[in-house]
Amino acid sequence: MEPVMAVAVGLLYAAAIFLMLRRSIVKLVIGLMLLSNAANLLIFTTAGMTRGAPPLIPEGLAAPLGPVADPLPQAVVLTAIVIAFGVLAFAVVLIRRAYEIVKADDLDKMKETDT
Amino acid sequence: MMQLAVLSGFVLAAFAPLLHRWFGGRASFVLAAFPAALALWFLGQVPTVMRGEVLFLELDWVPSLGMSLSFVIDGLALLFALLITVIGTFVLIYAGGYLKGHRDLVRFHIVILAFMVSMLGLVLADGLLTLFVFWELTSITSYLLIGFSHADIEARKSARQGLFVTFAGGLALMAGLVLLGNASGSWSLAEISAGGIDLREHDLYLPMLLCLLLAAFTKSAQFPFHFWLPNAMAAPTPVSAYLHSATMVKAGIYLLARLHPSLGGTEAWVGILSVVGALTMFTGAFLAIRHTNIKKMLAYSTVMALGTLTMLLGIGTEGALITFVTFLLAHSLYKGALFMVAGILDHETGTKDITAMGGLRPLMPVTAVVAVIAALSLAGAPPLFGFIAKEMMFEAALDAQTFGWLVLLLAFVSAFLTIAVAAIIALRPFFGERRATPRVAHEAPLSMLLGPACLAALSLLLGVVPVIAGMGVLTAAASAVMGEPVTVYLSLWHGINLPLVMSIVTLALGYLLFKRWDRVRAHLARLDPVMARGPEAGYEAFMHWITVVSEWQTRILQNGYMRNYILVMVLVLIALLGNSLLLRHPLEIAFELDVRFHEVVVVAMMVLGALFAAVARSRLSAVVSVGIMGFSIALTFILFSAPDLGITQLLVETLTVILLVLVLFRLPRFASLSTPLERVRDVLVAGSVGVLVTLLILTAWGIDQFVPISEYMIENSVPLAHGRNIVNVILVDYRSLDTLGEIFVLALAAIGVIAMLKLRAPVKPAKPTAQEKESSHG
Amino acid sequence: MVKSGTLILHTAARILMPLQLLFSVFLLLRGHDEPGGGFIAGLVAAGAFTLYLFAFGVSATREVLRMVDPRDLIGMGLLLGMISVFPAWFVDQPFLTAQWWTIPGVDFYASTPLIFDIGVYLAVLGSVLAMVMTLMEVDKDEP
Repeated sequence: MEPVMAVAVGLLYAAAIFLMLRRSIVKLVIGLMLLSNAANLLIFTTAGMTRGAPPLIPEGLAAPLGPVADPLPQAVVLTAIVIAFGVLAFAVVLIRRAYEIVKADDLDKMKETDT
Repeated sequence: MMQLAVLSGFVLAAFAPLLHRWFGGRASFVLAAFPAALALWFLGQVPTVMRGEVLFLELDWVPSLGMSLSFVIDGLALLFALLITVIGTFVLIYAGGYLKGHRDLVRFHIVILAFMVSMLGLVLADGLLTLFVFWELTSITSYLLIGFSHADIEARKSARQGLFVTFAGGLALMAGLVLLGNASGSWSLAEISAGGIDLREHDLYLPMLLCLLLAAFTKSAQFPFHFWLPNAMAAPTPVSAYLHSATMVKAGIYLLARLHPSLGGTEAWVGILSVVGALTMFTGAFLAIRHTNIKKMLAYSTVMALGTLTMLLGIGTEGALITFVTFLLAHSLYKGALFMVAGILDHETGTKDITAMGGLRPLMPVTAVVAVIAALSLAGAPPLFGFIAKEMMFEAALDAQTFGWLVLLLAFVSAFLTIAVAAIIALRPFFGERRATPRVAHEAPLSMLLGPACLAALSLLLGVVPVIAGMGVLTAAASAVMGEPVTVYLSLWHGINLPLVMSIVTLALGYLLFKRWDRVRAHLARLDPVMARGPEAGYEAFMHWITVVSEWQTRILQNGYMRNYILVMVLVLIALLGNSLLLRHPLEIAFELDVRFHEVVVVAMMVLGALFAAVARSRLSAVVSVGIMGFSIALTFILFSAPDLGITQLLVETLTVILLVLVLFRLPRFASLSTPLERVRDVLVAGSVGVLVTLLILTAWGIDQFVPISEYMIENSVPLAHGRNIVNVILVDYRSLDTLGEIFVLALAAIGVIAMLKLRAPVKPAKPTAQEKESSHG
Repeated sequence: MVKSGTLILHTAARILMPLQLLFSVFLLLRGHDEPGGGFIAGLVAAGAFTLYLFAFGVSATREVLRMVDPRDLIGMGLLLGMISVFPAWFVDQPFLTAQWWTIPGVDFYASTPLIFDIGVYLAVLGSVLAMVMTLMEVDKDEP
């Protein structure tokens, strides 16, 4: 499955970067969302993808019965998802405030107003 | 536990405001009990240390980094600790009088206590890294003390200058200590000086030595870094009396003395230290003569003393090292007293210009006596302690092997210049005809007289009965610097010998110079244009150059166009990633296709969602596309054994939609602002990133170089951590420090959102206020 | 922008919120053994309150929350996280080493990881709620 995911993550990255290179501020936000998701998937995929073996230990046992998916990248990605939400909220509100004040939807114009 | 007693000074500093509320202006005297108590404890250790024992107080700090809070108290550390605590006590009492009613007295107390503790930690520390931490702490606290009068632009500038110079040294110190630690294989000063490996033969000896010398020279104001010390006189006088006589500036000297047993004695050591020390000595003495500001004169004479100390360490014979500790003690005593006297004069007359004072003796008789005694010690006149130190200094200079004639000549010239300085400071203000000063002078209050009087009395006592000092700490201190036991025998009368003759000649020359000082100064003033090209001009030029370069690079890199920033970052990423993926190694791609239909459908939805979002023409369709992508990702997580991730992604996706509903539709509509050409460029750039990421995954996925640490986590999840959901166990147990950091980030983001939305100008003015503008920068 | 909703939304929110909160606590407590845990449970609880917010508006939600401001929840969460750092210190172990205490009679372990997870729960709930509520309040002020 990894080769398919590799291509998919590559496409996600491309879409994210393309959006972030736009001048429209809303597109920047959308690009940011895509980028954080793409990064999470990158970590998740690189660690190897396992079907139907979640890193859980059955009750009463000391270790899982067979090989399980690597729990470490999962833990890393889990916090990354939540933090990405926090950062997204921050970015979105920041842009909203900036827009309220500058009244420009063009990132290039924001340059001229900041003195 | 001594460590905690010393460090409790930091706690005391925090409570200083409270003490001020309770005791008002008398808080100084209450706080002085802290160094006084420590001084008594250190005095109690004198018999132990005198027997040649070394006290080792062990305490772990960060054991995994090899950092300990262990204290080593040998003769050298004890001598410094006593100077720091005793003079510290006097300075705190003195400040109670000098800064009486000053509105920032609390701040002074906080910082000076913090400084005192840092300085003690510096001289007592055993760990190299601990030493470094305290070293930097003294730099920071002394910066705050020099810039104490923060409203004064000169004070701020001087404080910054001192900070830059000492921090540059701090960086060198870190490099030097790391080299030292690696070369010796030990991070403990006690172990390093106990020896084992001969560091002098080590390949890294020279770089190590140069780094450490740079650190010591900047801290101790050696030529050509001497310029920051006189400028630091912008500080209030109690600070100068403390930092610039006995403590902060001697930290570099301490470092050199501490390292002498392990690094000293080589050709490089002797050459550099003797020459730099002698040059500093001469520079200090010569510049002192040119000034009329009493504090600057004292500052330059301190530079002279620091140079002498460095030179003595460079000469490095047994006699030189005994002289080193003697001179160190003598200088701390008389210079502390003289600075306090200068403070009294400034405080009582309202001027620092020594030529504007005269005939003050009848008005302030006690100050006059103290000033004369201390100045006689500075001049090295019998029967004061300074005389013994100076005699021995001449003897040591006669012993100097490397550049012997230069060292001797500079020592001789500096000595008679210093005598003139001493005479000027002691005689000009108090004798001769009375001059009108900006303030009508009175005798200083008791609190301000106590410190200088005690220190001057000590100078006299130790001169008359040098046995007290000789048998006391000095023997132990000299042994510690030497690295082997030595016996110090001091006496006032050495018989008629060359040093005595030199003393007499210098005294005579010094007196002559004092008599003709005004004329000499006028002649020296002609040198001003040359002097303006000194090292300080070099410092200014360097700072200017840094500003120019940073302005230039800011204009290039920080040009204000968001997409340029992103473009630069992305291009760098492409270059780095492409370099290591495509050029450094042959590309090895693990390709093993094992797919199921439903999985491909989910992934396809994900990709389509992302691509639609990229080309969407309206905000709504973009949000919907991103939503589709997010839910597909959640499904992917669940399909591939990550239930926790799936659930989290699902919940976050829901909340994201809510967030976007609340905010995004208050933002402008999508606009197409770029030309087709720009879009082609961006597609190419974005496409290359995509291809590289794909290649990266394909390459990285097949590599299994290490046993993953998760093996350990899986095995011990139930036995050690009592949890069956390994992901959660990682989050709250194995890696809980990371998680702690992460919830702090989340909390900060939330606080940021609240701040941006709630904190705004109550009435919206026509033009955006500065605060609002600031929030729009981000 | 967001109008307080219809009858169905009202009824649903009223019934669903307590259930969701209960569920979130369940997810939190079982999180050490089954999928769940502080992050997930915090998000579920935040979702519960957000539903209520949409149905009844900010002031009604503040009443439900009574004395507790979401910002206090953040603080409490971070505090609990910090508190769980120290017990290990008292038994001479490095900071953050997990400590376990059995409660006699009950088949349940009290532990620093549990305290920590509750801290995560509160911090996540507080942060998300604070953001959403602030946004809605500001929206109400400037229609």
